[in-house]
Amino acid sequence: MWGEELDHFVRDPHWTWYILGYFFFAGLSGGSYVIATLFRLRGTPADEPVVRLGHYVAFATLLPCPVLLILDLGKPSRFWHMMWNTTPDEAGLNFKYWSPMSVGVWVLAVFGVFATVSFVEALVRDEKLRLGLARRAVGLLDGTLGKIVLVLGAVGGLFIAGYTGVLLAVSNQPVWSDTWTLGGLFLASGLSGSVALLHLLSRYRRGAEASGDALILSERLYALLELALIVLFVLTLIPTGSLDIVFGFPWILLWLVAFAGLVPGLAGLLTARLAVTGNGMAVTVQTTSVVRSVAIPVLVLCGVLALRAAIIFSIQ
Amino acid sequence: MAEITPGRAYGFFTDTSVCIGCKACEVACKTWNELPSNEPVFGDGYDNTGTLDAQNWRHVAFIDNVPDETLGTGQGKAWLMMSDVCKHCQNASCMEVCPTGAIIRTEFDSVYIQPDVCNGCRNCIAACPYNVISQDEHKGVAQKCTLCYDRLQGGMEPACAKACPTDSIQFGPVDELREMAQQRIENLHDQGVSEARLYGEDDSIYGGLNAFFLLMDEPEAYQLPDEEEAVLPRRNNTEGYLGALGTAVLGVLGGLIALRRRREPASAASDSEAGDG
Repeated sequence: MWGEELDHFVRDPHWTWYILGYFFFAGLSGGSYVIATLFRLRGTPADEPVVRLGHYVAFATLLPCPVLLILDLGKPSRFWHMMWNTTPDEAGLNFKYWSPMSVGVWVLAVFGVFATVSFVEALVRDEKLRLGLARRAVGLLDGTLGKIVLVLGAVGGLFIAGYTGVLLAVSNQPVWSDTWTLGGLFLASGLSGSVALLHLLSRYRRGAEASGDALILSERLYALLELALIVLFVLTLIPTGSLDIVFGFPWILLWLVAFAGLVPGLAGLLTARLAVTGNGMAVTVQTTSVVRSVAIPVLVLCGVLALRAAIIFSIQ
Repeated sequence: MAEITPGRAYGFFTDTSVCIGCKACEVACKTWNELPSNEPVFGDGYDNTGTLDAQNWRHVAFIDNVPDETLGTGQGKAWLMMSDVCKHCQNASCMEVCPTGAIIRTEFDSVYIQPDVCNGCRNCIAACPYNVISQDEHKGVAQKCTLCYDRLQGGMEPACAKACPTDSIQFGPVDELREMAQQRIENLHDQGVSEARLYGEDDSIYGGLNAFFLLMDEPEAYQLPDEEEAVLPRRNNTEGYLGALGTAVLGVLGGLIALRRRREPASAASDSEAGDG
């Protein structure tokens, strides 16, 4: 049914600020874990500060996720009904592979385990946690097991960052159910925001500047990926006639913020492409250091939030 | 009314051609189910209920159908009136997406939201294509027509059907209602009422609606999706996940390219040094 005009005679679900917050933090948490994994597995030892930073960020941004989801429920005290069916005579685990909300709850829980393990690992390796038991446990992650944990956690991170878009699509709402691109768009945007957040926080992490160039290059590529998904989003909505809903006033203002968040990455791609210096440093657009490392990441993060807000609120 | 037997499918046949808009069904529903009253809605017409929601499980829609041209006496059809209700779909979108298992199919084949299981996630509201379900702001759970589940268990027909003075709302076993509806539509067509049509009596709409309708216009006029538009939320699962998977692959590749690109000059430099050595 993609690309066909459908009349939607539906009521919106009133998923508002809590859900916006969840989508935002889930994108950053999953994305940060993925970035950290890539840097650990394919980077150099000099990237270790950013790897640990990524694990701190993935854990910290994951913490508000269940809180926001629970607060959004009409009956917060029954949050566990998502996982356990309390229907008389049918009590048991709840899992519906065809319902992204059901799958998402389980993956969020599993990803939480990986994010916590990697968070504790970072604390131990940074010698901020000196428990003998924790040290011995982290020692187990030095070899293949550690890589398996990272890869599985990254798969969970990719899912958490992107499934929220699929959740919106698996409905009968205008715009949301009219396009297949939301899962990819939220994932690309989550990766973009995660790189920006790590770049921003790397100012405060000793040794993390060594990874700044790779973060800059990633930022450019993820901005391009996000732009491509936005183009696909628009193209899939044109035949459905729902483009004016999501891009009408005042939502266009949020889209402008989202596009502004893409500008630094795209500008870098246009001017310097993926050029690097002889020392392996990214050729940057001429900007002052504070703008480069603070203002631009903040702008990208605002864009990530605005993009989700435009898509969530415009139909409600 | 014959005995109501668990294990048999029951539902409504709502014949909109004889609805007079008296709203007795709304009142009976609210009274039996102890639903609170709500602020009246004042729109363009005489419909001051507004919509189906957590407090209104029956809604008599007054659809303005005043023709542009002047018609002779007795030929005017100023209003399409329809007592709307949950359709108790065979393939129910709400039931499909509910993550808690709160929405079940009862022994009477109706779709029922268990109020003690629902946690108010509102996924069913996003999925329902008929704008039927909403969340009770006091109870915090999703609510809709129960087909008077408690009355059925007590052997009584639903309150709305009991109260309807014109028999616009007929309750009974679905197979019997379908026969009745077929007879009625044939009679109307024989009388020259060619615009009359059945909606949801066969499996073309969500596998069949246990609460189906005789309409006097296109389904769209009643805010009902037609056969092509009656689609389930799960249709978007595969493409949605594939889109995310494709992006995930590109995202990982992007990160790898950034890391590799950065290392290339350094590698080249070390190669050069090795060659010099």
